[in-house]
Amino acid sequence: MRIIRFILKKEFLQIFRNKAMIPLIFFMPLVQLLILSNAATYEIKNIKFSVVDFDQSKFSRELISKFTSTGYFILTENSFSVAEAEEGFKKNTTKLVLNIPEDFEKDYRKNGTAKIHAIINAEDGSAAGIINNYTMNIVQQFAGGVKTEWSGIAALDNSPVININYSNWFNPELDYKTYMVPGILVALVSMIGMFLTGMNIVREKEIGTIEQLNVTPIKKMHFIIGKLLPFWIIGIFELAFGTTLGMLIFNIPMLGSPFLILLVASIYLLVILGMGLFISTFTNTQQQAMFIAWFFLVIFMLMGGIFTPVESMPDWAQKVTFFNPISHFSRTLRMIMLKGSGFYDVLNTIYVLAGYAAVMLTFAIFRYKKVEG
Amino acid sequence: MENENIIYAENLTKKFGSFVAVNSISFSVKKGEIYGFLGANGAGKTTAIRMLCGLSTPSSGKATVAGFDVYKQTENIKKNIGYMSQKFSLYEDLTVKENITFYGGIYGLSDKEIKEKTEYLLDILKIGDAKDKLIKSLPLGWKQKLAFSVAVIHNPKIVFLDEPTGGVDPLTRRQFWNMIYEEASRGITVFVTTHYMDEAEYCNRVSIMSDGIIAALDTPSKLKEKYNANTMHEVFVKIAR
Repeated sequence: MRIIRFILKKEFLQIFRNKAMIPLIFFMPLVQLLILSNAATYEIKNIKFSVVDFDQSKFSRELISKFTSTGYFILTENSFSVAEAEEGFKKNTTKLVLNIPEDFEKDYRKNGTAKIHAIINAEDGSAAGIINNYTMNIVQQFAGGVKTEWSGIAALDNSPVININYSNWFNPELDYKTYMVPGILVALVSMIGMFLTGMNIVREKEIGTIEQLNVTPIKKMHFIIGKLLPFWIIGIFELAFGTTLGMLIFNIPMLGSPFLILLVASIYLLVILGMGLFISTFTNTQQQAMFIAWFFLVIFMLMGGIFTPVESMPDWAQKVTFFNPISHFSRTLRMIMLKGSGFYDVLNTIYVLAGYAAVMLTFAIFRYKKVEG
Repeated sequence: MENENIIYAENLTKKFGSFVAVNSISFSVKKGEIYGFLGANGAGKTTAIRMLCGLSTPSSGKATVAGFDVYKQTENIKKNIGYMSQKFSLYEDLTVKENITFYGGIYGLSDKEIKEKTEYLLDILKIGDAKDKLIKSLPLGWKQKLAFSVAVIHNPKIVFLDEPTGGVDPLTRRQFWNMIYEEASRGITVFVTTHYMDEAEYCNRVSIMSDGIIAALDTPSKLKEKYNANTMHEVFVKIAR
């Protein structure tokens, strides 16, 4: 134990003497939370659209103003040629071309139905889906409004009306920040944990001090504990600091127990630190360690349900996420913070993470050698 | 017991794939000796030292260090040796005092011993004023002397020095060798590699490695006699040629 104390003291001296560390620990969470949680949302605003209005009626003008008045759409072009309007797709000046045919108003008054043609730029499939939804909503509202207007008194309208009442549980205002902040915290803690551990040990290889340590009677276990514990502490601190920031700045709810989060995070960090250690056993420079850690982190993050829902991934990919520690941790963190899930609700995840940590650490400790073959 | 072989190697060999770095070398070092392990760059000196220190497992052959086997008892060897590598071994971003404390600590010295040792080292190295300075701000000569002191902080039986004086000015080298003599006079066995042939003259016995084998092994004066040379430099050139 005494030897671990000396390693810890040395590691902390070195960590805090490194000028990049303090900004990394304190500003990185702040900047990530402020920028990412505001930027990473599924909501699309200021959609540029152009109109080809062949009808030029009161009706068509009303429909267009319905679009612009929502605040989601910006009219960038009015033209009389569909082909011309479609040019806007190539120049990226429009995402939606609204083609209103002649006799739009006339048809509607006569038959109660009318057609418009919406052409959406579907380069980005999910954005196109959202624009499509917005468009349908606006057109339906508009048509409904018109109908009431023509039928004179709404109450006498005996066509069946279905009212759908949505209620969004756990995130009533559908605030993306509430959903994003826990995910960003997970990304943050994972990056700090894996990079710092991996690079720390490889750095000793680079400068040659690892040789000096390997020639001392220091025990493998002591060395590894001394190397991992500082980053475990920093990781836990980082998560607590980021969560506090999220609660203060974004009013993120904390419905569950912070201690449960601490427990899950403690185990999760062992997985991540174990991976960092493992990477350091087969790399010789900090660059190599960075690249390999980055390779894993990108896959883990993109497939971990932080930015895109796991449910929207293909079936095989959903199965693969079982092996992705980030997906377990981000799901659990959201469960505890946003839904108030308790110990027994997340027990399964705890088992999975604990198993993962055991495997990862055993692997890393086995790979780490004081004597080369 | 005076002539006890503290290091003993027989047909010690290290291969990396098809490349034979150390080819079946045999030698022994007596307790308290200053043993010079010479050879040109790439002759296999560092590989041999790493095997003796328990950092690298030999491919074949036998060797014991301080009575312990280099295959199975590496951790016991490590308790009894000090090592100063070619690469600089102190932490540049720690101060003089922090380095001494850290290495003292991992060698299992008590707080009291660490404190005493720190004061003693700061005093004899005359770097008391620099005790809170970062290692990276010190001149190379000071660093090397401190690295040597740290390598013997736990009073090991043997100290391995791998080109300890590389890049150091002649005056500092002289002081460095005085420190080596001092440790040797306290009974520590010194196993040292060097490029400087004047330093070879300071050793009790030297071996000269060439292409993975030991080409010559004797006291400096006998080697000079045998090769009909005036200096170790001439001996070395005749052998390594």
